[in-house]
Amino acid sequence: MRDGPAVVIDSPTLTANRMSQQTVFSGQNNILECISQTLRKRAVSNVREAFVNLLDQFGPPVLPLGLEPLRADVRTFLADWGPSYPAEKRALSWMGFDADFSRSLGAKGWLGLSIPKQYGGNDASPFERFVVSEELLAAGAPVTAHWIADRQSAPLILRHGTDAQKERYLPAICAGELYFCIGMSEPASGSDLASVRTKADRQPDGSWVLNGRKVWTTNADRCHFMIALVRTDPASERHAGLSQIIVDLTLPGVMIRPIKDLSGHEHFNEVTFDDVRLDADALIGVEGDGWAQATSELAFERSGPERFLSAMTLFRCLVGAVGPTPDARQAMEIGRLAAWLIALRSMSISVTAQLAGGEDPVWAASCVKDLGTGYEQDTVEVSMRLIDSLPSGPRAETTRRVLAIVQSMAPSFSLRGGTREILRGILARGLGVR
Amino acid sequence: MRPLLQETVERLLADAVTQDLLRAAETGVWPADLWAEIEALGLPLAAVSEDLGGTGASWTDIFVVIRACGAAAAPVPLPEAILANSLLASAGLEPPESGVIVFAAGSADAPIAEVPWGRHAQWLALHDAVAGRIALHSLDGAHITTDTNVAGEPRDTITLATGSLIKETATSAATDTVLLAGAMLRSAQMAGALGRLTEINADYANERIQFGRPIGKFQAVQQQLAVLATQAAAAVAAAEAAFLLATPSAEFVTTSSAKAVAGEAAGKGAAIAHAVFGAIGFTHDHSLHFLTRRLWAWRAEYGSDAFWAERLGQAIATAGDDGLWLLVTGAFAETSNP
Repeated sequence: MRDGPAVVIDSPTLTANRMSQQTVFSGQNNILECISQTLRKRAVSNVREAFVNLLDQFGPPVLPLGLEPLRADVRTFLADWGPSYPAEKRALSWMGFDADFSRSLGAKGWLGLSIPKQYGGNDASPFERFVVSEELLAAGAPVTAHWIADRQSAPLILRHGTDAQKERYLPAICAGELYFCIGMSEPASGSDLASVRTKADRQPDGSWVLNGRKVWTTNADRCHFMIALVRTDPASERHAGLSQIIVDLTLPGVMIRPIKDLSGHEHFNEVTFDDVRLDADALIGVEGDGWAQATSELAFERSGPERFLSAMTLFRCLVGAVGPTPDARQAMEIGRLAAWLIALRSMSISVTAQLAGGEDPVWAASCVKDLGTGYEQDTVEVSMRLIDSLPSGPRAETTRRVLAIVQSMAPSFSLRGGTREILRGILARGLGVR
Repeated sequence: MRPLLQETVERLLADAVTQDLLRAAETGVWPADLWAEIEALGLPLAAVSEDLGGTGASWTDIFVVIRACGAAAAPVPLPEAILANSLLASAGLEPPESGVIVFAAGSADAPIAEVPWGRHAQWLALHDAVAGRIALHSLDGAHITTDTNVAGEPRDTITLATGSLIKETATSAATDTVLLAGAMLRSAQMAGALGRLTEINADYANERIQFGRPIGKFQAVQQQLAVLATQAAAAVAAAEAAFLLATPSAEFVTTSSAKAVAGEAAGKGAAIAHAVFGAIGFTHDHSLHFLTRRLWAWRAEYGSDAFWAERLGQAIATAGDDGLWLLVTGAFAETSNP
């Protein structure tokens, strides 16, 4: 807005003027009451400000100028790569594994985008990563090989790692050659993550001996390293005494057992550590700071486009199968999904802007994940409601098969990366209840 | 500019819009003092360019004003006035310097239904989509049949007096101008009301004691409040996207999304608010209904969520499976920071 004559007014002065008038007119005896009223009003308005600030995190969803060439490049690359890649595989979204594809993205310079150039990255902003990610996900490209390394492990290593760790891991991550998984949950530690019992015991020579068990570890069987949250202080309880440790999954004593999920896929695993010996430099960051380090990555983990595009292939198939002349019910259902998709993209862009500004918008990111995963599951619901109404033909058949795949994955959408109920607890705490 | 505008309007409305004012407004009392302050700040002309006597604020700046009106349940047609003046100015007609102005779609020769705040207005910006004209009419001598929406806000039927026309000009015959503009306003008002609803719900959950502790200590209540907050957040984000008005084609996509999302959020949010407040919130004495009844009313006005979802769905189906993602990403043009 340009400087205009009319609207610009110093509102604190306005309020002060009003106060003094009130004071004059109400007389000396009422001054105390007037002040106390003002204080009460201020107390209320402070609460209000705290809350309004939370919603203000969803500011104008503006992408900075200059990203269009990058988006166009990614679209061209995808058009060249995948005309024959079937919808049934695209349906796996960021659970689709293809190391060749990940390496080709690395060769394009699209992995580790925000990592400094000296470590093989591109020194780019979170917006570049947002654009590349959403284009890959919207196309249902197989990104799972590098996904965790690119999203979480590389930023973690950059932030907390030693120079040697950065040099060892980051260039290979950026090249799409080195894959990481995250070791969080354990058989007795699901949502209650602070109860983890896997332990790393420091040896006199500084090395570590690792014992314990992680479960639901996505892609452990196809990754090179795990960043695990483990107890390094045996006397500690809950959030204290935890550290993050990098585990070479080829070491003796590491046993990886794939767990078949209800759809028949083996995306996640049980990983057992039996006296695994790790070098001193396996520790990442500060010993005992593991909880803070792990939770500081949550905004990255919970606000990205993968939290609302997991069912995008199904939505695309549905739109294609409905065809150009939908009836009123079909139009209403697909329009409603599109309306929420646009709202979620707006939210995700706003959170990305905050990440780009160096902030840590965990509350807003939790909003995106709670709504986004619900939206993905709703895509299955809407598809179920419309499936019998689709004009018969190959598009309807494909949509049926894709629906079956996404439907059987959908329960995990609101479990992985923090359950819906845990997220809502975080949201409630942010509102000042709890 | 946006933070200053936000602080100014929020403060003004927080001080002026008391429960007494809201109750009086529902009985038909016009809050003349509040409107005088609004005019003194030049707010109705915020979207009008400087050469036509306005401030030239962007719609992204104006979003915070409309949202604040919704949050305060402000019983004045400031959103309508901002838009009416903008409609005139963008057609090259200089808006009136003062006086309450509202907007509507219709013909000057026939009764015009559901004119917001018609009985309190001096001016009407009328878009005649059939004739392709935009006009400024005086409401002096107009015949007014009063009615209200479910929130008790005036929604009157107006028959213009002879010679009411002040000035007019040809404009595009786009039939949706008023519908889109109204939907955009209501989505931002709903976003504001949902935000305020979340805030007073959180406060109440901390104050109200049952079973020996604040009801906010119960996870069942916490989870409900979290849902309310996410619905408010979605409404804010969707409305912000609409107010970007990135391109003319984006206007339809983001506005239909905003009205559909905010409308659905209004339904869910109001229901949760009434669940948390219990019986006291269902009384007329309690102030909760000033927000929830408005949410119900605004959800219905200028097209319900189902109406806009269906329209958006038609556009998506036309775009096809390959066009879907282009349509979604194209709705947010990449611009420099406003």
